[in-house]
Amino acid sequence: MVEVRNVSKQYGNKYVVENVSLEIPKGKITSFIGPNGAGKSTLLSMIARLTTKDSGQILIDGMEVSKCKSNELSKKISILKQSNHINIRLTIRELVSFGRFPYSQGRLTKEDWMFVDEAIEYMELGDIQDKFLDQLSGGQQQRAYIAMVIAQNTEYILLDEPLNNLDMKHSVQIMKVLSRLTEELGKTVVIVIHDINFASCYSDYIVALKEGKVVHEGPTDAIISQPALKDIYDMDISIENINDNRICVYYA
Amino acid sequence: MHKNIKMGILAAIAVILILVFLFTDMGNYWGYVIPNRSIKILALVLTGAAIAFSTVVFQTITNNRILTPGIIGLDSLYMLIQTFLIFVFGSTDLTVMNKSVNFLVSVGLMVLFAGLLYQFLFKREGQNIYFLLLVGLVMGTLFQSFSSFMQVIIDPNEFQIIQDRMFASFNNINTDLLMLSIVLMLAVSIYFFRFVKFLDVLSLGKEQAINLGVDYNYVVKRLLIVVAILISISTALVGPITFLGLLVVNVAYQFIKTYQHSYLIFSSILISIIALVGGLLIVERVFTFSTTLSVIINFIGGAYFIYLLLKENKSW
Repeated sequence: MVEVRNVSKQYGNKYVVENVSLEIPKGKITSFIGPNGAGKSTLLSMIARLTTKDSGQILIDGMEVSKCKSNELSKKISILKQSNHINIRLTIRELVSFGRFPYSQGRLTKEDWMFVDEAIEYMELGDIQDKFLDQLSGGQQQRAYIAMVIAQNTEYILLDEPLNNLDMKHSVQIMKVLSRLTEELGKTVVIVIHDINFASCYSDYIVALKEGKVVHEGPTDAIISQPALKDIYDMDISIENINDNRICVYYA
Repeated sequence: MHKNIKMGILAAIAVILILVFLFTDMGNYWGYVIPNRSIKILALVLTGAAIAFSTVVFQTITNNRILTPGIIGLDSLYMLIQTFLIFVFGSTDLTVMNKSVNFLVSVGLMVLFAGLLYQFLFKREGQNIYFLLLVGLVMGTLFQSFSSFMQVIIDPNEFQIIQDRMFASFNNINTDLLMLSIVLMLAVSIYFFRFVKFLDVLSLGKEQAINLGVDYNYVVKRLLIVVAILISISTALVGPITFLGLLVVNVAYQFIKTYQHSYLIFSSILISIIALVGGLLIVERVFTFSTTLSVIINFIGGAYFIYLLLKENKSW
């Protein structure tokens, strides 16, 4: 379980995350939502130790993140940030094989390659696995990076705006993969997401942040409601039930 | 072509060039010529290896293929130390004359400087590696200005001694330092060996490296010190020629076409040796010393650098 206790982070005098406490339920998809600059990505980065926190505690399975060995943590928790630009030329397969680094330190065993193959299959990248990343579309690249995270085979998977720049088809595909990861493999997935309808349709639990603080958290049904969304986004958002999904209508 | 075959070709070319350099055009005094040339070759191989090795590592740490370690001002610091020693003690003093002491002091200070730069970088959070480069660049310019300041006010005869060290020269190699350099180089290589597995991951960038369990600050700090020592060795042996690194590492990327550092480091070292030994052959046997190796290297390197900048499609 991931527990965040009284965590704060400030840049200069401005708190980007202020005294946040929350628990992320195991085996579920949790979405962080909220307006731009709410501190969602910073919080996610702090959980994955990419950014240090100024105060508070972050516990993963009862262990404080900043005190864990980095290599041990990398077998427990993985993160994928929004922009992934790399300077070297890699094929999809090579990129995915990097996901096994925490286990093999670069010398991949047969078992490691099995995980790589599985991850590639999971993301349906088999046909293009030997293509170079710079020859791929944004959506294919994103899927390749997610495959790498899957190969890393961690219990907790953190994704910072995984749907960034993706079209509808690929967005849905990725969200379905995330659902499968939680259902079939029992992973815990945490995503930062802007499209609240994707959050509504796919996540089990939602944490809403605003100006560095948690304003609402709870099961999806409780958060996707007119008053809660009004608090979060300062907008009147009407909610319609379409095919058993709650869809927020905020375009006009 | 498989990578091992390519490496074999490189190694073969390097060995052939070395043999050609050693055993052709010997004249009658081979008992004098062979040991003399061997020392030269040894110094070339050492310098070439140090430069190629440090540039590969530095480019991986900075995730940038058009940088050389020269940018953080280590060369300028070396010149400043030399100028300062002569400025303060005069050219006859022991520390200047005893090259081993001078060498160790220079290496020590350069490593210390790299360490200090690193403190700058990681003292506050959110500083990226480019901040370190910027500070290094500014410091390098500062060192240069200090050096020129001292150079213009010292005795012209003493200035000549400094000038001798200002330019890379392979005809005037500090052979006294050779043994010390070999020992240091071996020690650094053995120390480096623990970190070699991290290089591939580091080339994915800081965040990916941390995600994959690399203790980023710890590893980068140590790699930076390895780079500083290697640069010190090559600078002390022949003078500032980090430009060579840019050239050979990029040729290595083009040639071997991989991201794997186990191949990259070795092929860069081999290409570096080929460039230096081949260049020296041209200088000594074709131009009969009417030009210097560093002129040729800087000319070819400069042209290649412009080509790199102009080239639009980025392949390897």
